[in-house]
Amino acid sequence: MYSFDMESPSTVADAAKALGQDEAQALGGGQTLIPTLKQRLASPSVLVSLAGIAEMKGVCTADDGSLAIGGGTTHATVAAEAGAYAALAALAGNIGDPAVRNRGTIGGSLANNDPSACYPSAALGSGATIVTNKREIAADDYFQGMFATALDEGEIITEVRFPVPEKASYMKFEQPASRFALVGVFVAKYADGVRVAVTGASEEGVYRWSEAEAALSANFSADAVPAAPSGDGMISDLHASGDYRAHLVGVMTKRAVAAAS
Amino acid sequence: MPKDQGIGASTKRREDVRFLTGAGNYTDDINVHGQAYVHFLRSDVAHGTINGINTSAAEGMPGVVRIFTGADFEGVGGLPCGWQVTDKNGEPMQEPAHPVLAQGKVRHVGDPIAAVVADSLEEARNAAEAIELDITELDPVVDMKAAVAGGAKVHDDLSSNLCYDWQFGSETEAVEKAFAEAAHVTTLELVNQRMVANPMEPRVAVGDYSRANDESTLYTTSQNPHVIRLLMGAFVLGIPEHKLRVVAPDVGGGFGTKIFHYAEEAFCTFAAKACNRAVKWTASRSEAFMSDAHGRDHVTTIKLALDKDNNFTAVHTDTYANMGAYLSTFAPSVPTWLHGTLMAGNYKTPNVQVNVKAVFTTTVPVDAYRGAGRPEATFQLERVIDKAARELGLDPIALRRQNFVTQFPYATPVAVEYDTGDYHATMDKMEELIDVKGFAARRAESEKRGKLRGLGINCFIEACGIAPSNLVGQLGARAGLYDAATVRVNATGSISVMVGAHSHGQGHETAFPQVVAEMLGIDENMIDIVHGDSSKIPFGMGTYGSRSIAVCGSAMVRATEKIINKAKKIASHLLEASEADIELKDGQFSVAGTDKSVAWGDVTLAAYVPHNYPLEDIEPGLEETAFYDPANFTYPAGAYACEVEVDPDTGAVDLVAFVSADDFGNVINPMIVEGQVHGGIAQGIGQALLENCAYDENGQLLSASYMDYAMPRADDLPNMANYRVDHSCQTPCTHNPLGVKGCGEAGAIGSPPTVINAIVDALQSGGHKVDHIDMPATPQRVWEAMNG
Ligand SMILES: Cc1cc2nc3c(=O)[nH]c(=O)nc-3n(C[C@H](O)[C@H](O)[C@H](O)COP(=O)(O)OP(=O)(O)OC[C@H]3O[C@@H](n4cnc5c(N)ncnc54)[C@H](O)[C@@H]3O)c2cc1C
Repeated sequence: MYSFDMESPSTVADAAKALGQDEAQALGGGQTLIPTLKQRLASPSVLVSLAGIAEMKGVCTADDGSLAIGGGTTHATVAAEAGAYAALAALAGNIGDPAVRNRGTIGGSLANNDPSACYPSAALGSGATIVTNKREIAADDYFQGMFATALDEGEIITEVRFPVPEKASYMKFEQPASRFALVGVFVAKYADGVRVAVTGASEEGVYRWSEAEAALSANFSADAVPAAPSGDGMISDLHASGDYRAHLVGVMTKRAVAAAS
Repeated sequence: MPKDQGIGASTKRREDVRFLTGAGNYTDDINVHGQAYVHFLRSDVAHGTINGINTSAAEGMPGVVRIFTGADFEGVGGLPCGWQVTDKNGEPMQEPAHPVLAQGKVRHVGDPIAAVVADSLEEARNAAEAIELDITELDPVVDMKAAVAGGAKVHDDLSSNLCYDWQFGSETEAVEKAFAEAAHVTTLELVNQRMVANPMEPRVAVGDYSRANDESTLYTTSQNPHVIRLLMGAFVLGIPEHKLRVVAPDVGGGFGTKIFHYAEEAFCTFAAKACNRAVKWTASRSEAFMSDAHGRDHVTTIKLALDKDNNFTAVHTDTYANMGAYLSTFAPSVPTWLHGTLMAGNYKTPNVQVNVKAVFTTTVPVDAYRGAGRPEATFQLERVIDKAARELGLDPIALRRQNFVTQFPYATPVAVEYDTGDYHATMDKMEELIDVKGFAARRAESEKRGKLRGLGINCFIEACGIAPSNLVGQLGARAGLYDAATVRVNATGSISVMVGAHSHGQGHETAFPQVVAEMLGIDENMIDIVHGDSSKIPFGMGTYGSRSIAVCGSAMVRATEKIINKAKKIASHLLEASEADIELKDGQFSVAGTDKSVAWGDVTLAAYVPHNYPLEDIEPGLEETAFYDPANFTYPAGAYACEVEVDPDTGAVDLVAFVSADDFGNVINPMIVEGQVHGGIAQGIGQALLENCAYDENGQLLSASYMDYAMPRADDLPNMANYRVDHSCQTPCTHNPLGVKGCGEAGAIGSPPTVINAIVDALQSGGHKVDHIDMPATPQRVWEAMNG
């Protein structure tokens, strides 16, 4: 780690101001950022902790019926309190280990947009709205490739709003070492159609599998899931080839449909 | 009634109180007043020529005490290799220099180039970033077969990348004849992948130096502090034993990787004197991945010949064994004497020949890892037997039984003599535990759920209790492998036993006192062991090769026998009886056939307060030392089985049951033995299903953290009801006083082929013509095997 200063504001406004400083960076649960700092792969001069901002925490149902989760809410809290959206609560409850879940936050996960992370598939698969201190961003516009998002420098995710589907499920095939998603598929059935978001697989990061969405919107059953996509453009690494990942996209989608409730 | 004390009692591990309440004293807990910290600048390329190292900017950085490079070690010895293997032409192996800091070239990612000593670790790291390196990259040497075929050389002064070409066992002519006459030959090519041992505690070294008496002290995470004192003092730094103390306090796991003498240990000891200040190094986990000696990494072709009646007639192997960039302390012995000598397995095969080419590559050195050589032997042999059974349509259990050694002692064609064993007994026990008869019904039930179920079985034998010194001397060991113990009885009867074995998870602090308590008939809690400090214990070769209780425990028994002899003399004086009539029972010395007796504490007190004492015949005091050199190895053996369910859609393997039936001879503490086997099997399952230390073609380490290196976790193992370890089959060792064989490695040796045999069985049941799957059997590998 290099040395840095630390600020702990208690409001979003103060945090935004603090993040205006040179080489300032937001600190959520630190479950991604702290290891990066320890390896000296990042060297912010100021860390602005979001952990003390009460208005960014908690889970509630918004007026339009969607589930609103504060950007600073931990995975453990979502797992415990997002019962209104069971698939989402289950996803949060299976991220990392208890230590990770008690520290890591939804805002941090979405800001980081790791290509193997779980939350991006839920946000994209639910057509969620990412609310920041400046604006509201539709999930379809938010994810822009591996580790890339629509966020501007210093922009803070304050809330994420999830429309609650009729049925949904997340199926994660774990990478054996990290237990991130080797492939994760989030399927959500809404009155106006089915969304299928895939994480862990594509070199472009989380994406919507539109063929499956079309087929499942017409017939929401595991048998309707189309043949697995091609392995081209899929991540190929020590743990799995692109072809194997592509195969798993098909299998996990079927299983998610079968399990959706 | 199970005993609650002494040999055979499951006494709870007394050391766990300290470990579980945060009161352990690990090397990183040791801080010497005024210590400085070292950070090693390590190579990030696999192979390169060092043209220059510019430290001038770094030297001016805040907190820097001194920066060392290879040039500072030119007059210093290199890290020695403790075993010289002679190749098949009678030539000694090629033995490259192994400098403490790289000289001229870097040879693997992680090779230390420079060391910055500074007031704080932060400052040392900052300064290391300011060192300017001028390195010309050379072609990496990663693939073993390519490495011996030609191309770049890892060591320019050696004739090639071949360390040795070794051949062992039966004469070539006899082996060839057996294959020519065979009714059936089964051939298998397999890989025993590279592993990282990953003890929970990373390595740490603290060097200290006293100008007052010119004495150096090294605190280090070692399994064998005396071995480190010997190697580092005599071969690297030229410090005589009486000026060098090596302390290995609580050590959080070793698994072999903390046997070896490492550059960081020599560096900290050297730098402490050079800087006149203690120097501390604590490995980060990332450093551990690229500087702890790795394990295994063999590529093998094995052939098995059978006659028309399915008797094994010959085994022939051809192995490439990776040494990495340098020879780690015991590296050459692992693919040879710890591997070739076990190639007969549990079977009376008359012809066995083992061929091993050891190869230098630009990777981290490879050395002993739990099991060391024996898992490699077992994996090859048991996989090829399973394949043969399948090819011939035979029951794999029956085929093994038919070929078992049943007469003991049995001299194998590969130099060792099994003293005792009963392989049918462990096989019977295994069949009972796994319920072989009920397997068909369980398979049918799995199939209903769309899963392929497989049953894998396996036998193994290992050579433990390492080792008879005269024998290993002939085989190239540059040290003896006896052990030592001093039993110090105090005036009030309490006892400290100074033992050469080192406990880093094995529970010696509990088990060793059980033996002495049994012999003397006193409370275990009156006895402590002292270990891990060369200034406190007489001598010791340390703990590895499942040798602690078999070798050091035997030394302790011998020393305790001497204590009993002397105590009887004292008792006979106190009781005014003939020494021959004195009996020791339950801590009382009595005169046979009378009610006259004197207690243990009275005798020990007399030894230290010798007012009424036979001073003309014996010395006061009660302290005895014994060295014990074993007459033979010990040969634990067993039969293992497991059941897996394979998900045909994904290739994922679920290990649903695992059982082991081991013969460890006599058992001192059943609970500790079971814990050792549980842990060993977990490590073997890790190798079979998860762990993989992988390099890319550039020699970059791909699995360099826990994000990519998969360790087994609790939920990768069967639940406890289906994870059963048994050691009720006991044929006591015939040549050591306790009749013990050692249990530390069995689990890691016996389990990998069990799992792979089960997966192949599962896939075959699904109609997939799969002969073999290399480890780790990841879902992708299994899925690809099923889908061609
Ligand atoms: C052992 C382990 C296992 C894990 N397993 C999984 C897994 O299975 N699935 C999974 O999805 N993830 C997993 N993770 C990642 C975990 O979910 C992280 O918590 C998450 O990715 C980052 O969240 P954080 O709050 O810790 O963010 P931090 O690490 O604090 O920050 C990450 C990045 O986001 C920025 N940031 C943080 N909060 C905000 C905000 N509110 N607005 C804008 N920017 C912000 C930071 O500046 C930084 O760039 C794992 C992590 C670990 C250590």
